[in-house]
Amino acid sequence: MTRRLLEGSEAMVEAAMLAGCRFFAGYPMTPFTEVLEHFAAKLPAAGGTCVNAESELEAIGMAWGALATGARAATGSTGQGLALMQESLSEITRAELPLVVFHMARGQGDYFQATRGGGHGDYRHPVYAPVDVGEAVELTQQAFDLADRWRNPFVLYGDYLLAHTAEAVAVEPLACPPIPEKEWAATGTLSGSGRSRNVNSLGMTKGRKGIEPEAFWQRLQAKHDQMAVELPRFEAESTDDCDLLVVAFGSLARFARHAVRELRRDGARVGYFRPVTLWPFPTEALAAAAQGTARVAVLEQNGGQMIDDVKLAVLGSAPVVPIGGISSDEAGFGMGPLLDPVNVRTRVSGALAGTERAA
Amino acid sequence: MSSDEVLSTDAPPERAARKTGSFLPRLQLGADHDLCPGCGEPVALRILLEAIEAVGCAENSIGVIGIGCYTALTPLMDVDLVQALHGRAPSLATGAKRMKPETLLFTLQGDGDMVNEGLQEVLHTAARGERVTCILLNNGVFGETGGHMTSTTVIGQRTKNTLEGRDANYHGHPILIGDLLAQLDGTVYAARGAVYDAPSVARTQVMLRRAFEAQLSGAGFSFVEILTMCPTGWFVPTAEGPDYLSKVMGSVHVTGELKRDGQFTPTRELPPPEALG
Amino acid sequence: MSEAAVVTRGTLTVATERCKGCELCIPACPPQVLRMSDAHNGLGFAFPELLPGCTGCGACLLVCPDFCFEVYKYEDPIT
Repeated sequence: MTRRLLEGSEAMVEAAMLAGCRFFAGYPMTPFTEVLEHFAAKLPAAGGTCVNAESELEAIGMAWGALATGARAATGSTGQGLALMQESLSEITRAELPLVVFHMARGQGDYFQATRGGGHGDYRHPVYAPVDVGEAVELTQQAFDLADRWRNPFVLYGDYLLAHTAEAVAVEPLACPPIPEKEWAATGTLSGSGRSRNVNSLGMTKGRKGIEPEAFWQRLQAKHDQMAVELPRFEAESTDDCDLLVVAFGSLARFARHAVRELRRDGARVGYFRPVTLWPFPTEALAAAAQGTARVAVLEQNGGQMIDDVKLAVLGSAPVVPIGGISSDEAGFGMGPLLDPVNVRTRVSGALAGTERAA
Repeated sequence: MSSDEVLSTDAPPERAARKTGSFLPRLQLGADHDLCPGCGEPVALRILLEAIEAVGCAENSIGVIGIGCYTALTPLMDVDLVQALHGRAPSLATGAKRMKPETLLFTLQGDGDMVNEGLQEVLHTAARGERVTCILLNNGVFGETGGHMTSTTVIGQRTKNTLEGRDANYHGHPILIGDLLAQLDGTVYAARGAVYDAPSVARTQVMLRRAFEAQLSGAGFSFVEILTMCPTGWFVPTAEGPDYLSKVMGSVHVTGELKRDGQFTPTRELPPPEALG
Repeated sequence: MSEAAVVTRGTLTVATERCKGCELCIPACPPQVLRMSDAHNGLGFAFPELLPGCTGCGACLLVCPDFCFEVYKYEDPIT
């Protein structure tokens, strides 16, 4: 296992290629740009294609076409670019295509966008929020595998810190069982056979007029309901006996975890919970972790987004308070003063005060 | 003439004869569709499917379909298809062709789809010289929503949202997308055909074949615009559709070959339609 | 009315039941041997009838939006 010093963007791109990603299209925008740069540098030599798309809208369209032929394909951007991609993301989900999206956000303000989706209609896509480069390498490969198994887009929610921090990682292939033949793919080979295919989001079939949206979309709903059961992932520490449970996701969770461990070492009864999947949110696990705690503190770098999902999980069994907030650097890229271990520890301690119960 | 002279046409002839034309092209699964009487789009579908067969790609082609009335024809097409969003087909075609470079790749889009919603998509795809053929069914309206103005609607044309006729001052001017595409170095073949009578259909058959041959040669992007009748959208009786097409639409969107063998001929310099050389 | 004999070189099979009565075949036919029927099909439309003089050129087939025509050329024309 050779570990190399790789920035998050590069490690994730290498992981994607290990997973068999053969097509990428993207448009530069901070902090996603390096993902495009690394794909542009590495994909052609590996027999794949990277197109410098002229807009985010066209980037996701190109990935869509590649996916439809059965290839593993990806795209990505940051929040503003993802905003442009929403119609296509909804349709790609409803066409049951396995797109992987590198959502490299400017901080954590895209939580709603990633988990609720800004596209039309009923659709869901799992969102993985890696805490560090090592986890990002694993989750990237997991995303490609599960996207094919479920025939659904998977989103990787990263940020400026993850993209641009270099860590020592071993980018090794994740062992996954083989996936079935993609008989649904429009490869051109069934043209003229009487059994040609139509990759679409409306339930259109050959030889029959009209569309069948209700039955088709209800089947998709059932699939998403099943994904919500099988796919939640989380990380938790010291939740059995805590007066304060701190909930955080992504890069910021690394600071929360560090603060909780320090405070625990100093005798405070603090616990830590990190959703790894932002959708499906690990509701049951969080509800269980929050049992017995006096207060839940949500540390997120935005105006309050994940806190809604936390409140739904906790369902009033303990008060839920925000201890994060909007925080950014002067360029607006999300590298704000909140990303600081002392700052975070102070906020956690502050939330801890007043929760200690009489023995 | 008396009705005695009407000949029987409910079965093939008993007298020795050879069939020179079938109901359906090989790649068409049926004839049942609900498009309007006199619609030009199914006419274009026939010659498109015939052209795919003519260039030897009946068992090796992929179509990316836009959103419009013609979308309803997809159940009849025995071609592997991908359904795109309004305007987006050229991007999907790009990704598909990059993964399947040996497969004939075409898009099928209406004017609202390609020239309104998807203008940048088709321009960029052409500029990149993607080895795909984008096919435009141009009837000067958004047919599927009931007949509304698009970027190709001609000045004076009545539509549901230009009931007094398109006014250049208020609604602007139509776009001749073929000219925009033909000027790009990535475009190796561009032509504008029509289906208002048998000779125009025959000329458009040639255009489709040449476009597909350009793609298969690997030279770059190819484009065929096909003017189609939409009597419903044009507020004209069905039988007047072909005349409206050739005279009203066709006087602005003049038919002919815009780019061939490196030569760009803008619309205003096109010769009158005649048998293609 | 011309007294010259009409030569019929071709003929058609017409799927009259799916005709939508658009009448585009009528002016498209070079020898003008198609006319719309008085009768109506199951969809409620008049449909084309064939008169002597067809040349088997296939123009009707090319312009029909409903795929109603099959075209034949006789081995020996009918005079």
